[in-house]
Amino acid sequence: MNTIRIQTDDFDVNAEIAKLKTSGDVGAVVTFTGAVRRDADIQSMTLEHYAGMTEREIARHMTEACSRWPIAGATVIHRIGKLAPGENIVLVAVASSHRQMAFAAAEFLMDYLKARAPFWKLEERNAASRWVEARNVDDDGLSRWRED
Amino acid sequence: MTILYFAWVRQQLGRGEETIDLPAGVKTIGDLANHLRQRGGAFGEAFSDRKRIRAAVNQEHVPWDAAVHAEDEVAFFPPVTGG
Repeated sequence: MNTIRIQTDDFDVNAEIAKLKTSGDVGAVVTFTGAVRRDADIQSMTLEHYAGMTEREIARHMTEACSRWPIAGATVIHRIGKLAPGENIVLVAVASSHRQMAFAAAEFLMDYLKARAPFWKLEERNAASRWVEARNVDDDGLSRWRED
Repeated sequence: MTILYFAWVRQQLGRGEETIDLPAGVKTIGDLANHLRQRGGAFGEAFSDRKRIRAAVNQEHVPWDAAVHAEDEVAFFPPVTGG
């Protein structure tokens, strides 16, 4: 079972793992949680997204992950709105029969999420706000997944 | 067509969305970006450097030579920074 949610509320990692464990032959669940860095200067991080396109992009890459690895289920939850340092931003969880496939698929989903899903971060530091610049390294993360 | 703007592009232009008729001679998303740049002011500024902007047509990432049509949903935004 695959799940994609874009939400302002926090998520419960254990609850998501429990749900994934009910989707078939599951011997491994790999999770990645991204959080707002605890940088002394950062007061908050506000996340904006392109509703509709976000879900389509993530769904497309989930379908591709399912075709590359025999995974039992995957969950992607991404938060939007204003977040404080230490708060969760994103959860990627993948369930499979064995760990290697779950690790690979989780990393694949995370790399594509960073490079392709239409989210933007506005950082507020020292009472000034600034849009976070994209890093080329996030695009580079995709090159290893390309199949010619 | 509907045009959507996100992040600093939206802020700089002072709007998140507008509806326009497909301008004469505009065949690609690059043509549309040029058309918007020619409005001058904040638009001239926002579209002056293509390297700072990405585009989508009907909610899919596209290169500048992608075709646009009268009924499309088009979007302009900075390179994405999710995750």
